[in-house]
Amino acid sequence: MAADSSLLQSLVEEFVSGLQDSKAKDAATAVKDGQFTVLQLVEALGLSLTSTQPHTRARGVQLLSEVLQECYGNLTQREVEVLIAFYENRLKDHYVITPSVLQGLRALTKCTALPPGSAVSMLRSLFQDVHVQSLMLAERSCVYSMLINLMETREAELKGLGSDFVFGFVQSMDGERDPRNLLLAFQIANLIIQRGYNLGKFAEELFEVTSCYFPIDFTPPPNDPHGITKEELIETLRSVLAGTPKFAEFLLPLIIEKLDSDVQSAKLDSLQTLTACVSQYEHKDFAEFLEGLWTSLRREVFQTSSERVESAGLAAVTALTSCLSRAVLSSDSEDSLSTFLDLVLTDCKHHLCEPDLKLVWPSAKLLQAACSASTRASHIVTAAVMPSLLEQYSNRTQCSQRRTLLEVVLKFIQAVKTSQSLENEESVFIDFRASLCSTVFSALSENNSSLQVTATSLLTSLSQQTGLLLDSDIDLAVDHLIRLLLTESDDKVSLAVVECAGALAELHPTVFITKLIPRLKAEMFAEPMDQDDNRKSSEQPSHHAVRQRCLSVLAAVSIKPSVVKETTPVLLDVLSSAHTGSVGFSVDEVVMTCRSLQRIAEQVQDIEETGRCFHETIIPQLLSLALQAALQGEESSGHRSPLVEEVVLSAVASVISTSCSRLQPQLAAQTAKRTVALFLDDDVSFLPDNSFPSHIQLLKKQQGESWRQSQLVCLLMGCVCSLPRSVEVPQADELLSQLEEMSCSCSHTLSYTSAAKCFAGLVNKRSQGDSLDSLIQRMMKRVCGELDSTSSPVRTQAFTLMIWVAKALLLRYHPLSTSLTDKLFTLLDNSDLGAMAADGFSLLMSDSADILNRGCHADVRIMYRQRFFSENSPKLVQGFNAAEPEKKSNYLKALSNIVNKLPKQVQITELPALLSLLLEALSCPDQGVQLSTLSCLEPVLIDPPPALIQQLEALVNRLQTLICSPAMSVRIASLRCLHALSHFPTHEILPFRARVLRALGRPLDDKKRLVRSEAVQARGEWFLVGSPGGR
Amino acid sequence: MSGGTRLENANPVIFQRSGERLLTASDEDEDVHDPIDDREIFDLIRAINDPEHPLSLEELNVVEQVRVKVNDAENTVGVEFTPTIPHCSMATLIGLSIKVKLLRSLPARFKIDVHITPGTHASEEAVNKQLADKERVAAALENSSLLEVVNQCLTNRSI
Repeated sequence: MAADSSLLQSLVEEFVSGLQDSKAKDAATAVKDGQFTVLQLVEALGLSLTSTQPHTRARGVQLLSEVLQECYGNLTQREVEVLIAFYENRLKDHYVITPSVLQGLRALTKCTALPPGSAVSMLRSLFQDVHVQSLMLAERSCVYSMLINLMETREAELKGLGSDFVFGFVQSMDGERDPRNLLLAFQIANLIIQRGYNLGKFAEELFEVTSCYFPIDFTPPPNDPHGITKEELIETLRSVLAGTPKFAEFLLPLIIEKLDSDVQSAKLDSLQTLTACVSQYEHKDFAEFLEGLWTSLRREVFQTSSERVESAGLAAVTALTSCLSRAVLSSDSEDSLSTFLDLVLTDCKHHLCEPDLKLVWPSAKLLQAACSASTRASHIVTAAVMPSLLEQYSNRTQCSQRRTLLEVVLKFIQAVKTSQSLENEESVFIDFRASLCSTVFSALSENNSSLQVTATSLLTSLSQQTGLLLDSDIDLAVDHLIRLLLTESDDKVSLAVVECAGALAELHPTVFITKLIPRLKAEMFAEPMDQDDNRKSSEQPSHHAVRQRCLSVLAAVSIKPSVVKETTPVLLDVLSSAHTGSVGFSVDEVVMTCRSLQRIAEQVQDIEETGRCFHETIIPQLLSLALQAALQGEESSGHRSPLVEEVVLSAVASVISTSCSRLQPQLAAQTAKRTVALFLDDDVSFLPDNSFPSHIQLLKKQQGESWRQSQLVCLLMGCVCSLPRSVEVPQADELLSQLEEMSCSCSHTLSYTSAAKCFAGLVNKRSQGDSLDSLIQRMMKRVCGELDSTSSPVRTQAFTLMIWVAKALLLRYHPLSTSLTDKLFTLLDNSDLGAMAADGFSLLMSDSADILNRGCHADVRIMYRQRFFSENSPKLVQGFNAAEPEKKSNYLKALSNIVNKLPKQVQITELPALLSLLLEALSCPDQGVQLSTLSCLEPVLIDPPPALIQQLEALVNRLQTLICSPAMSVRIASLRCLHALSHFPTHEILPFRARVLRALGRPLDDKKRLVRSEAVQARGEWFLVGSPGGR
Repeated sequence: MSGGTRLENANPVIFQRSGERLLTASDEDEDVHDPIDDREIFDLIRAINDPEHPLSLEELNVVEQVRVKVNDAENTVGVEFTPTIPHCSMATLIGLSIKVKLLRSLPARFKIDVHITPGTHASEEAVNKQLADKERVAAALENSSLLEVVNQCLTNRSI
């Protein structure tokens, strides 16, 4: 014990007189470990606490406070009481002591053993003896934390202080300047308001002391050491100001005043605060300011110069209106909602009668904002506005005016849609049903495409409101849609019609089944009119376009299973008649048909009914057609089936792929089993129209016209590579070995590529293990053998297989992928295969559309590109430096292929290391390399890393040369890069201004218009650099 | 645009914007020479901002394609513009913006003539004279506050 006390004494001594700050830590640990008590510490401190020297006393108190900060948890209630009494007394002491006293008090406020009443007495002496704003930053923050601590634990006691507490707080924060402390102070103010402390007569003071910071204008210091953002301050202050209706009478005039400001951000903040506060208010809180607010809001929307201010203003109108709609009406008071809406209507309604003038849209938007607030508001507004809008529509004759009116009507209907929450409630527009319908139908029969487009969207909106379209109207609408589809050649119209048909078909499938589908079928199968040959040539493209539109509508309406059941047979009919040649369909149309089938497979609900439709009808039929086409020799008839064309087969494959990946796994498994049996065992039993020879042997090498059959492997790929991973691929080993054989021996491009892709797709999903490893090694050996022998006839085939397998393994992080990609790197030096290898990197890094993507359930790890890049970029740089001059371009091409596909974030971090290489690539004579480097530089230039800015001189020089390149695409890409450079920090690019402007003068007279327009944009931006009013 | 200032013409007539020029196959063909035509010149000036409204000159119908004449072979460009009201005080400024835009965007070989559509402005002659005077245009662009307004009219509007 004696040793302890002398130890303590020495600790105190060294801290107080020796000024060794670390001793406080030691003392605190000792107290925590129980070596001595706080009481003993106080006793030991005795002399220093009573010293006549203020600085010694300060040191003493500091030691005590620092110890308390560490071990306030262990104090007993009695100790706390004594300590508080001591500290309260010390508040009256010399000012040098105050910081330590506050620190000690803050530690005590965290104490759970705080005796009752002490919180109040602590605060009383604090407010009495300390002038907070003359303290330093850290001490002020100490006071705020004390308040927060006490508010957390002693709420009842503090409320007992009544409005004195609020007054004390107001006094302490009055004049605060530091954003860190302000954030704390706003939090306290928020607590005061949210927890219902008594504001008494100090509501205005509390408002004044906080609202003087509104609107907040704060820019954090560079590199932001404290992590306080402007948004954070704005949000906390907003919740204080908008927190209570007691502030309404002060806040609303302030908002009106700030809305007059010229500063955009002040306007925006005011509008958002208004929106926030009215959601808390009752109508009576802001009744007297309503007119003033409306005047300001109207002005902001009418004369706006920024869309953000406008939309904030509209949101405020909506908030105001919905608050007014909530107000409970009493018999003697006026209806405040209709008073306000009267105001809005008088100011806005007459502008709707001038559809040519600027204020039409702002007025419509204001009315729509009010309309969307509540059902009652929408009833009032639409009753006032709709009749005149519809009447005007019928009186006006100019198409542009009618279109504006129609669009305004459309926006009203859409605005109301958002406000109506209850389903099956009668629509607000029910009174205008008849005139709305007749307006829509008259607009649809108009001969103006933009009117038609607007009318179709209006039709869609009407159909989504309950009870607006009767069955007879739907009938009529479908008639109109059919007519537009068959006669209108404008792309925008047909797009709108397709969209509208899709939306209507979802709600009213039967009309579409009985009317639209049979009609379109008849139309598609009608042979183009060929009475005389002159007309035929002009008729043909339009008939083709009609078919295209029919096909896309058929896809769009097929959402409900009942519709799918009707549309898919039509599409299959198209394919089979195209195959037999009974009706002439072009290859394009056949591809479109397959796309439509695929789109249906993408959008239908995944239920058993649709699954059966695809797996048991459509896929067997497709396979059967393709097989028939393949077996039919060229000579058998003059007609060549479109189903042997590569584009058609790929489209068929994607139909199969989408259905297998998306619809009904069990059925997909069955389809896979049958398909594999077809390819391996010649099992044709599941195909319709079964009249096939018994030995087809699709995967075996054959003579003569065999490419027709071998290319069918792409259908196999579509099926087995897109199965969900839960589905086992049947006869996988046999399949893999045959595919490998085919991909290394076949000479037909589509066949060997598809076989390679199919092989890769299967490898990607195979489970890890020895069998997979040995499979890959076997394949590697074969491929490398072929690649290394310069005389081999199948080098391209071997290369294709290698690159696809490399991709499959790379995606799943398989350890063997490196041996394949390393082989690829060595091929860059190869004189025959180098260019192909460089292009191969683009295949490795990009997403492939048909296999090895997430849609096909492939095993794709996140960030495989970054991983590949970071593992291999040193190899590339090394290889580049070591390569012979004529091979260097392969490396540059490979590099730009890789960097091009990296996410932008990675590009920016990796760029400094590669910049010199990329700049080298810009001076490489190969246009492909130039173009791909430019396209990977352009996005990086938007947010330039510092390394790039250092290389500005070199970059500008290279780009200046490239804008005179003979290739148009290079000129365009380099002009875009120069354009992007103009957004760099002005002080960096100003030295180049004159030079770049001169250089850009030349492409202004380029012979290609596209180049000129890029040059014009870039030059315009460069003129603004460093110029007043520019950047 | 604060509450105090009143616009000369607060509710002007708005015209529809023409769409982007359609791309043709010959535009992408390296070997075809595309001459500079009326539409190309119109595309240069139609997006210029009005000094008062957040609208383009095209939307206010101040410039129209039929009032743009270009002769690529003889190196001349003529543009007529129509102020929204006959007493528009911004007419000179608008004319200057058009002229500056064309100077910046066309090859130096062109002679550029910008003037008011005959009979549409009270002080038509004075404005035309100012715009035709090379030295006065150059002097105007030396004035930094004038240049600032012109640059603002020529800045691509971002939201």
